[in-house]
Formats: sequence, C-alpha cells, structure tokens
Amino acid sequence: MTAPVLSVEGLTKHFPVERGILRRAVAWVRAVDGVDFDIAPGETLCLVGESGCGKSTVARLVLRLTEPTSGAIRLGGTDITTLSESEMAPYRRKVQMVFQDPYASLNPRLRVGQIVGEPLENFENLGTAERNERVGAILAKVGLRPEAAGRYPFEFSGGQRQRIGIARALALRPELIVADEPVSALDVSVQAQVLNLLMDLQEEFGLAFLFVSHDLAVVEHIGHRIAVMYLGHIVEIGPKDDVLAEPAHPYTKALIAAAPVPDPRARREKLVIEGDVPSPLNPPPGCRFHTRCPFVFGRCREEVPLLKEIAPGRRAACHLLDQPA
Amino acid sequence: MRLSPLNQRRLANFRANRRGHASLWLFALLFVVTLFAELIANDRPLLVRYDGAFYVPVMVDYPETTFGGFFPTTTDYHDPAVQELIREKGWMIWPAVPFRYDTVVKDLPVPAPAPPSWTNLLGTDDQARDVLARVVYGFRISVLFGFTLTIVSSIVGVAAGAVQGYYGGWVDLAFQRFIEIWSGLPTLYLLIILASIITPTFWILLVFLLLFSWMGLVGVVRAEFLRGRNFDYVRAAKAMGLSDVRVMVRHILPNAMVATLTFMPFILAGSVTVLTSLDFLGFGLPPGSPSLGELLSQGKNNLQAPWLGITGFIVLAVQLTLLTFIGEAVRDAFDPRKLPGGGR
Repeated sequence: MTAPVLSVEGLTKHFPVERGILRRAVAWVRAVDGVDFDIAPGETLCLVGESGCGKSTVARLVLRLTEPTSGAIRLGGTDITTLSESEMAPYRRKVQMVFQDPYASLNPRLRVGQIVGEPLENFENLGTAERNERVGAILAKVGLRPEAAGRYPFEFSGGQRQRIGIARALALRPELIVADEPVSALDVSVQAQVLNLLMDLQEEFGLAFLFVSHDLAVVEHIGHRIAVMYLGHIVEIGPKDDVLAEPAHPYTKALIAAAPVPDPRARREKLVIEGDVPSPLNPPPGCRFHTRCPFVFGRCREEVPLLKEIAPGRRAACHLLDQPA
Repeated sequence: MRLSPLNQRRLANFRANRRGHASLWLFALLFVVTLFAELIANDRPLLVRYDGAFYVPVMVDYPETTFGGFFPTTTDYHDPAVQELIREKGWMIWPAVPFRYDTVVKDLPVPAPAPPSWTNLLGTDDQARDVLARVVYGFRISVLFGFTLTIVSSIVGVAAGAVQGYYGGWVDLAFQRFIEIWSGLPTLYLLIILASIITPTFWILLVFLLLFSWMGLVGVVRAEFLRGRNFDYVRAAKAMGLSDVRVMVRHILPNAMVATLTFMPFILAGSVTVLTSLDFLGFGLPPGSPSLGELLSQGKNNLQAPWLGITGFIVLAVQLTLLTFIGEAVRDAFDPRKLPGGGR
C-alpha cells in the first residue's frame, strides 16, 4: 500500500465550557475523542454519522481551523499538528476545503475571478494575465465558462456556486480536499452533477477526499471507504461495499436501516434505535452507544470497546464482535 | 475603480434622498469656500498695482517702503496714509471681507462690540474683531478639526475593534476591560487639568481628544469581526493559508465598513460639537483663535450685543443640521432593507 496522504492518530478535540469572569473551564464537550484513520492517495474516505457526532469538527481539525486538544495529523508523513502558521504554509497548499453552504462560503463582495485566484495570488507569484488564464482554465475544469470570472457570486445558482467553491479548492492542485457536506445544501439533481464532477476531478488529478456526509446514498455513490462516527468515536471503518452490505456495528446497522429507500413497497427488517444521542458533555461510560443499543449487555456499560480488525481492512468497535457467534 | 453593483445601488439610494444629497453639496461648498478663507476674509488686498508693478500682499509680506512709506516693517494696508500712497500710483483689490479673524477694527463709531454695519456685516465682537471674518475661519477650523479627529479615531477604532473581534478569547477579554476602565476616565476634568498646565494647541487638543474618542467605533467593528470570523468564506481564506491581516482586511473589514461609514457623519458632528463646547468653556483652542465656541461664549457675556450669539447659533445649527442630514442619507443608503432583494 502506498503511503497515506493523510494519517490521523488519536485525534481529540475537547471544547471547554467556560464559566465566570475568569472563564474557568467547568466542563468539556468531547466533540472528537480519539479518532484514527488514513487516507491513501486518490481515495475517498467518507465520514458518516448523525448531527453532532463530531464529523465536521474532524474536518476542521484536519485543516487546523480548530486546534486539536491532542493527537497527531500527518500530511504525507509530516506531523503538522503543532506547526506554527508560517511553518504550515507549504502544507496549506496540499489540503483545501469545500464547504457545505455555497452561499456562505463565497465572499459576496469579490468577483469569481478574485475568489478562485486568491489562493494563486497567495502562493504563486504570477502576473495578472497568467493568473487570469489559470483561473479561466480551472473554471472550465469545473464546468463554468471563463466569463464567469468577472461576475459576482450572487449571479449564480447554488450548484454553480458550489462549482466555484470547488474551483477555489482546486486552484493550488491539492493532494487532499476536505469536503464538509458539499452537496447537502443542493437539490438532488444538482447533487448528482456535483458528485460526478468531484469524481471526474478525482480521476483526473488523483485527488483524495475526506468527505463528510450524513447521506448514505451520497456516500454509496462517491465513497471508497466509510468511517462511521458516533459521539466523537469512530465505531466502524472499512470498504464501502462491505460496510453497507454487512454492517458489523449495531449503530451502522441502525444507520443503514434508517436510510430511506425509494420504493414504497419495500419492506425491510428495521433496526430502530430509540432515544436521543447522549450529550457529549457527559458521555456515557463504557461503549458510548450502550444507552441506545438494542443488543446491550453488561460489559458494554463498563468497558470501552476498541476498534479491532474484523476482516482485512475493516475495523469495528463493539464487544459483540468478541463473542463467539 | 469600478463600483460593485451593491455600491452603485447605495450611491443611487443616496442620490435619491434629495435632502441629504443637497446637504452634502451645500456642506462641500461651504467647506471648499472656507478652505480658502485667506482669500475671502483678509486684512490685506488680494492684488496691488503700484507704480507699474503687481504685488500680492495675501501671499507675500511687503515692507511699507515698497509703496513709498517710511517704515521697513510689514505694510498695514488699513492705514489711511498707506492707502493714500498706493492710490496715488495705482490701485488695489480687497477680499470680500477686508478683515482677518484677528484684525482689530479701528475707527469704530461705537465701543466694541459694534452692531452690524456696512463695514462689518455681522458686527464686531467685544475685542473689535469682525464677526464675519471670525465665522469664516471658525467654520474652517471646526470642520478641519472634526474631519481629522473623525478619520484618525475611526482608523484607530476600527483597528482596535478588528483585532479584538478577530482574535477573540483573552485578547478580547483584556482589551474590553481596558476600554471599560479607559472610557470611565473623566475626559473633561483631565482636559481642565491639562489646560491649566499648558495652553492646548490644535494638535495637542486633537491628540488628547483622540485618546478618548477612538472607542466609539470599537463596539460595532468588534461585533462585525466576531460574527465575520466564523463565516465559511473566512474559514476558506484561512484554510487557504492567507495571513491574518489579509483575511481581516479583505474578507471581514468590508462588512464592518458599512457600520463605520454609517457612523462617520455623526462622529464628525460630535467632534465639531466637542470642540465648540470646549471653546465655549475656555479649555479649547488657544485664546484669539477663531472659533464658534468662543463666539457663543462672547454672545453669552455680551447679551446687549445679540448679533454675537445669534450668528454663532445659526452657523453652528446650519453646520450640524447639514451633517445630520448627510448622516441620515448615508445611513438610509446602506440600509439593507432598502436594497432590492434584501429583506423582501
């Protein structure tokens, strides 16, 4: 196996809950609590889970938009976790981000050409003409006409704006693009176009994606591997087809069962989990899923299950898997 | 520079407000005219023709001997003897008001303050100085003072607010507490103490007032930056590796500028008022400076000469009203509810 583009180890982010004038931390929100994964060049790793499980925080941590509490983030072998902003500069070009909301992620006061050209301006000392040419070429790559460069973001539709966001991320030819729910805000028909664009670009440039999503249909379309998160932990990780076809962790099963099937006559054996996600402020001891797990037993309440290899390239964290079948 | 469609619409909105638009032009006219106060109110002729040669006393000091007088000192063109000498061999063109703000009008028929007459259209003050000349110079100095104070304190205030809002956390906390303490200092008493030690000049007064006036904009700018730093496009800029300064200036500052620009005419009006009240109390510009506050204070001390108080009142009222009208028009022009597509 080739060296991973991104390798994350024991990544943790605890947000302090501050009280009083001295802003003493009285409690910690364990948004991300010890997450490990690798992404190989040209691979798409999908991070799935319900709202508040920490998937977006992971995305921001990888870009160091949020400082991790502990753990290591390695980009092509270099640990960037503690680099200063100036030392980070060369690594910034290797990872770019695509955001969820195509309306909020483009500065409404800048022209598209300025938006897409900004990373070039920052990293590459190009003349104006050369830069404009590069911007035009990138816009063409994402399926926009070069004339778009002179317009303002509000003149475009959501799907087109997301293409602009992708063009901006693409400008520096990064190795990895972190996409935080890039299609959730789009119409279904436009979603497919944008997903296909991302896959085409992946093929052309050998991009790797860290793709955050809550939509299993999207994940099924674009993913190579899937990591399922629950309350700041990865509960299962493995190749897409295996995880979707034979989920090992009860939470993954429930998640797949909850996905809508576009067939009104389809009857499936449904695994319904009840209750709400416990607060990450005070996560339950033992397995974090034990409060809602239909298969819970004694050990789950006391001992935290570790991610264990259950098949080649597949790992899951559940005590059930230790039981003789 | 090409204006963005948004700014074009704002400009159109501003123009559509006819009262504000007219106020702007009137104020600009008054400002430009008073900028050239030396050519409007001066105790020297604009141009002198004497013995076949031209002289510009407004620009250059000529000794009396130039015009055939006896003294090698600077010519006093109001002196009847000198006027006689010049008239013999040429002529002179006087400015509209033949007095400077500090010219003492001699040969007054009544004791100063003299009422309005054809020589002194708005009368003289209690030191026999022409009120119209003082108003022209006083308007200029108050507007210049106001502009300088407004611009410098806006720059300082925006920078301070930007740093606090952008970095947040401890920087913000410490800075905010500092501002709370600093804004609690009694400016007026400090100024009285200062005025008792030294005579404040224009610049000393400006720096002193700046020390306290920069805090006005910090609140709104800080709020804009606190909001702005979590925008996705600001995150994108950071992920791109742009420097903090660039992110602040290019991506967040334009949002804060709307609030800043909206406040500026009102800050300007406030600065003018502050200078006037300090002059009125006698802690402002050095004695003898032309100032509207000093004129008002003279009006208070000489109630038998109502032209002093009335003039001061009208000039100040017109000036502040124009600024307020402009400010309202600017505020409305930036109002997102008045822009098509916003709020609808």
